[in-house]
Amino acid sequence: MRPSARRWLPLAVLLAVGLVGCAPEGGGGVQSTKMGTITSRGKLICGVDGSLPGFSFVGSDGTYSGLDVDVCKAMAAALFGDPGKVEYRNLNSSERFAALASGEVDLLSRNTTMTLSRDAAGGNALSFAPPTFYDGQGVMVPTASGITTLKALAGKPICVESGTTTELNLADRMREQNIPYTPLKFQTGDQTYAAYLQGRCVAVTSDRSQLAGKRSSFPQPDAHTLLPDVMSKEPLAPATVNADPVWADAVRWTVNTLFQAEELGITKANIAAKVAEAKANPNQADLRRFLGVEGEFGKQLGLPADFVPKIIAAVGNYGEIFDRNVGPGSRLKLDRGVNRQWKEGGLIYSPPFR
Amino acid sequence: MARSPSVGPSPAPGLVTPVPWWRHRRVVPWVVQGAVALTVLVVVAFLLGNLIRNLTAAGLLLTWNWLGQPAGFDISETLLPFNAELPYWRGLAAGLVNTLRVVITGLVGSTLVGTLLGMASFSGNALLRGLTRTYVEVVRNIPLLLQLVFWYFVVFLSLPNGTAALQLPGVVLAKSGLYLAGFGDGLHWIGPQLQNGVWQAPLRLSVEFGALLTGLIAYTAAFIAEVVRGGIAAVPKGQWEAASSLGLSWWQTLSKVVLPQALRVIVPGLNTQFISLAKNSSLAVAVGYTDLYSVAETTLNQTGRAVEVVLLLLGTYLALDLFISLMMNGLNRLVQIRER
Repeated sequence: MRPSARRWLPLAVLLAVGLVGCAPEGGGGVQSTKMGTITSRGKLICGVDGSLPGFSFVGSDGTYSGLDVDVCKAMAAALFGDPGKVEYRNLNSSERFAALASGEVDLLSRNTTMTLSRDAAGGNALSFAPPTFYDGQGVMVPTASGITTLKALAGKPICVESGTTTELNLADRMREQNIPYTPLKFQTGDQTYAAYLQGRCVAVTSDRSQLAGKRSSFPQPDAHTLLPDVMSKEPLAPATVNADPVWADAVRWTVNTLFQAEELGITKANIAAKVAEAKANPNQADLRRFLGVEGEFGKQLGLPADFVPKIIAAVGNYGEIFDRNVGPGSRLKLDRGVNRQWKEGGLIYSPPFR
Repeated sequence: MARSPSVGPSPAPGLVTPVPWWRHRRVVPWVVQGAVALTVLVVVAFLLGNLIRNLTAAGLLLTWNWLGQPAGFDISETLLPFNAELPYWRGLAAGLVNTLRVVITGLVGSTLVGTLLGMASFSGNALLRGLTRTYVEVVRNIPLLLQLVFWYFVVFLSLPNGTAALQLPGVVLAKSGLYLAGFGDGLHWIGPQLQNGVWQAPLRLSVEFGALLTGLIAYTAAFIAEVVRGGIAAVPKGQWEAASSLGLSWWQTLSKVVLPQALRVIVPGLNTQFISLAKNSSLAVAVGYTDLYSVAETTLNQTGRAVEVVLLLLGTYLALDLFISLMMNGLNRLVQIRER
């Protein structure tokens, strides 16, 4: 059947990795098979959701935008100096790990929760970059339903996307509180929210940011309310495969660059001035190292020496990315919350660039 | 194919030049078959070796212990009792039962509807004939996935909910499903009741099951109608004429004379349609029905054992389809004309 072709992707790619792949990816050293592949291909292949406003969304003009998309762009800017050298692949929650494991995508930047089993070599064997969004699972209900607590959902159908951590958290929380419920599982977010909007489910559960994002694209966003309950921790992080630590490091420090730039007050607007300032002042060693004016950070990571200025010039710092996509500058209008810089009491913290 | 002993290699040495081995009629087929077998073996060994080597390198060598781990997810609609504390294999079994449930009801339903449609295309009523042809052409040429989405999101989810649901004595059709009266605890006759905004009844069919079943039956019936039509068309026209000259009505002609003869053409074609239906049932996940594929997909994501889960899926669907084939081949032998 044609319609099912896409659904057998996990099989196809896993068999492909086993059957066609010859040499295992090289680990250790500064050699990275993955980065070699990306460089010779001339573009980064990035796995995204593609239908989630604020994180990754295809606009009416066919261009991708969102926080997850900006991470892809930052990575492309670090590698090629050009944020446009990215090919996006829309992946649903069931396809994503197989697509990454098989090498169909180089980088998974798709609101993916970092968990032990996904990280562990005996589990999904992924390697996570620092979380780019600290989230928690929430529940959305129609305001008119008058539901304000989880208890009020007893015996009622709840829509959830299959293959997500939310599916398991929902089972755990409801079991803990002894609330019987009916999970209705759909393969994609679009189907899940369509069933919710059609009134098949009394509630829909997902990451709170995702609920807010989807709600912003509903015909009547005001008619839906997020329950105050936060059911889980959902640190959403970009991921690569365990097998290539060199590539994983390049991704990790690209994300840290976004955090560090915000901490240092370096923005898309002032990056050129900052670089000029660093070049003119030999005693500003921290800034010179960070911007690649001196030192070998780029070389150590296998990236160009000036990867930091290229990233910031392309997408700006983390604060700018947040505001533009999910914060005050977007339709989602999410509060920074725990996603503030550590100096302001948040969790966004880059290890030192030394 | 008895060979005369004289047609062998060089019957009389010295008189005839011996046939070289590469033209020898017994040696050559062996060499060719040996070469083919060797190539196949080498390719398979290479692929398997690669698979195992790469899976080992990725730390993903096949293990099956995870089947006994607690699943941690729930399934909303099961014939086999299931909850989150039970192991994965119980979840997969519950999914398989759900698949069988929709496959078996689908086979029965689509055969009935398809046969009626196939017969209707020979009706004397031009309107009925035209409607049947239109139905077959429309349904056959639209992808099944689209049809399922249509049935679920457009038709079934447009049903009213709660107190506005369609109610008949003992039967309620709501957005959440079809509720039927039945015997509850202690053999009390219980009708559908609205409790806390949710309908409750002894017998319940969800709209997800309803949409999937309707979609599968509507789609497969169109193909079966064509198979039946072909079978009926294969019965010589003389049989129709002979039957009507005996004074049999249209229905009697069809059911007593034509269909029994058409069966031997129809049955092998049905086999293909039945197998398709069983495979197409895996599209259930698009309409939220928790079948084997849906459970396997969740399992695959939670355990990360993609190769094992997919192998299990492949094996199960293969076994299911082979079983259907076996049954249909048995039926085929029953309806064949025995020639003496």
